[in-house]
Amino acid sequence: MANKSVLFKIKRQASPTSEAHWEEFELAWRSGLNVISLFMEVAINPVTRDGKPTTPINYDSNCLEEVCGSCAMLINGKARMACSALVDNLEQPLTIEPFSKFPVLRDLQVDRTVLFENLKTIKAWVPIDGTYALGDGPRMVPKLQEQAYQLSQCMSCCCCMEACPQFNESTGFVGAATIAQARLFNMHPTGKVLKDERLQALMGDGGIQECGYAQNCVEVCPKDIPLTRSISDVSGDVMKKAILDFFRT
Amino acid sequence: MATTTPRIIIVGGGLAGLSAAIKVAEAGAKVDLFSLVPVKRSHSVCAQGGINSAKNLKGEGDSTWAHFDDTVYGGDFLANQAPVKQMCEMGPGIIDLLDRMGVPFSRTDEGLLDFRRFGGTLFHRTAFAGATTGQQLLYALDEQVRRFESEGKVKKYEYWEFLSAVLDSQGVCRGICAMDLRSMEVTTFPADAVLIATGGVGAIFGKSTNSVVCTGSAQGSLYQQGAAYGNGEMIQVHPTCIPGEDKLRLMSESARGEGGRVWVPKNPNETRPGKQVPEGDRWYFLEDKYPKYGNLVPRDIATREIHEVVYDKGLGIQGQPMVYLDLSHIDRATLDRKLGGILDIYEKFVGDDPHEVPMKIFPGMHYTMGGLWVDSDQMTNIKGLYAIGECDYSIHGANRLGANSLLSCIYAGFVAGPNAVKYAKSLAAAPENLASSFENEKKRQVEKNNQLLNNQGTENPFKLWRELGEVMSRNVTVRRYNDRLKETDVKLVEFLERYKNVDLSDKSMWSNQSFLFTRQLQNMLQLARVITQGAFLRNESRGSHYKPDFPERDDENFLKTTKAYFAPDVDEPRFEWEPVDISLIKPRPRRYDTK
Repeated sequence: MANKSVLFKIKRQASPTSEAHWEEFELAWRSGLNVISLFMEVAINPVTRDGKPTTPINYDSNCLEEVCGSCAMLINGKARMACSALVDNLEQPLTIEPFSKFPVLRDLQVDRTVLFENLKTIKAWVPIDGTYALGDGPRMVPKLQEQAYQLSQCMSCCCCMEACPQFNESTGFVGAATIAQARLFNMHPTGKVLKDERLQALMGDGGIQECGYAQNCVEVCPKDIPLTRSISDVSGDVMKKAILDFFRT
Repeated sequence: MATTTPRIIIVGGGLAGLSAAIKVAEAGAKVDLFSLVPVKRSHSVCAQGGINSAKNLKGEGDSTWAHFDDTVYGGDFLANQAPVKQMCEMGPGIIDLLDRMGVPFSRTDEGLLDFRRFGGTLFHRTAFAGATTGQQLLYALDEQVRRFESEGKVKKYEYWEFLSAVLDSQGVCRGICAMDLRSMEVTTFPADAVLIATGGVGAIFGKSTNSVVCTGSAQGSLYQQGAAYGNGEMIQVHPTCIPGEDKLRLMSESARGEGGRVWVPKNPNETRPGKQVPEGDRWYFLEDKYPKYGNLVPRDIATREIHEVVYDKGLGIQGQPMVYLDLSHIDRATLDRKLGGILDIYEKFVGDDPHEVPMKIFPGMHYTMGGLWVDSDQMTNIKGLYAIGECDYSIHGANRLGANSLLSCIYAGFVAGPNAVKYAKSLAAAPENLASSFENEKKRQVEKNNQLLNNQGTENPFKLWRELGEVMSRNVTVRRYNDRLKETDVKLVEFLERYKNVDLSDKSMWSNQSFLFTRQLQNMLQLARVITQGAFLRNESRGSHYKPDFPERDDENFLKTTKAYFAPDVDEPRFEWEPVDISLIKPRPRRYDTK
């Protein structure tokens, strides 16, 4: 169709302390467009819908194929990755905004360091002795590998945290991603040596008890990670530990 | 220097950079790790199919020597052999270590590592984690580095851009000059040694399978500071990519490793959708021509065959530059278990289900075999400056075998890390005027920034970049002709001229991405000339470098490494050639139809 176009508006902000404002754009449609390619077109011709010169959109991106976790944002109100947001599957005019629960840096870029800090707190690693040669790794049955692999696909995009009603400043909730990572390392033959410490870390303020079972997380996770299953599993472990700790003191 | 803790800077947080960081931290030295993006978002995350090592767990009699021979042969004898042999020998140990770190490698029923077959070999030696192996390896290293970070041994500078090396008055590397991508402040950082791990140069070709950060800007900057660039003309075009508006998405070689078949309809005017074309009307052209290797011939060969079928024989699907890669004959459960991640990518971005219908693919720029020249310790010709991973030229010769990249990155990081610490401990004291070297470099970079920001021009840098990508993809990839290479270099000179007239619509001094990109573009243009002129000067065909006018390999005249140096007086590369170490395996004709 000769005159088919794509209409979208973006919530922009020049710096962390600036006022946010909306800008509208209109581009010629062609097949196969995703939200990232819309931004790329704006960079080549940075002009708003009413002909006002503007600047290219600032946004985090890298892989453009939904494995790196960079381009998370709100598109038509939903937390999702911009690279896999195909224009033809979305209602127009597209509404594009930065995540609302993370500090905005500029335009669609937000600060997601909180998740990486959480991963340190729960010691999200396998504590190997050293990188010198120690022979084969532990055997692992395929079923366990498949479970681990599922959890291991978390790309730290923070969609689950954005969607979670409990993830906010007043609760300080760690969010589903961190809990699922704890489960991952607790199921590893070597990683589980730190299980108690991980569970301990999830028992304090902002810990696993903050989860309200809204199930928003598992709905938005781009990698279909079994988040609610993981929270439920780890909750069970936390409960057992709390009881044992009580009897040990 | 012996009493103070060595300080090592690593630029780039992909597999190579993180591998080096781990070794350096373990050796007790301090690591400053710089990355454009949070390290777990590095381009290594995109690697899909697997990582090679001759663990010989399939009862095939595989050996590290066979792996070595396959690699040297696959590279068409252009690589210096000693480091390649060392890499293959370290392969099994590297897999074991990554396994211990928790990489969820796919398993056999006995609970051992599973291995699949990849291009250019007859052995099953590719370990894999579903179809997202690069991601899983990267995450394991990222986790280990996070542990070191929590122990104060590694400091990460994420969202920082490397601008240049700081060289003292004797030309020794003493640190780097870098820019905070948010505040855009330029700062210098001292170090006893610097490791560059900045990946490939996909952005120079416009659309590629590479990530957004893969511009080659760091390499381009160092080349202009005097670093030699090796075999720049060796660029790998992967045979099976999914065309897209924003990038070319890789369809892993593992799809063929698990039984995927490449074909086109025999009839150029075929109108039936792929699924409905009966067997008798299909031409499985790779299986036909290469009975032994079939669909798993090395990438350069598969790419050329697909190009020939489409452009010379006119058999592309419905006249389009596309061929079929068919997995629909394999059961759903197996496909999900072994290839889940990549099939998801196809379905998500194209909308068709590859379990049910054949995929449509076409070759696309994918990997950079060439890179900064290094010696066997991974040190460049600049003392104290190392290069590791895809950004170094050393392992893959004229063509890289699938699943060797992940191995080569970890290998290089593991070798260079300890070497850098050793070098740092024996480093001679810096010249008296070292402080002024830092000041001058910072001043130079700040001036560059100011010039760019204050430039009054009319050229949109993103448009200029699109033009660069188009001409490089058209003339400097699968088939190279000297007249078109010459035209391309003329065009590049024109782009460099037009670059002086670039206009930044965004002059903000806060998190200005278009400023960052425009800065990188200048380095990309300089490196593009190295690639193009290197291709022009190599009058033979070898590996991925194919000239229809010189279709044979010419060992007598060209069994040598292309080395490009920047000549500032004429603002273009000058070339030298270096003999290749072929002491372990004598070159033989490279044929996959007979072997």
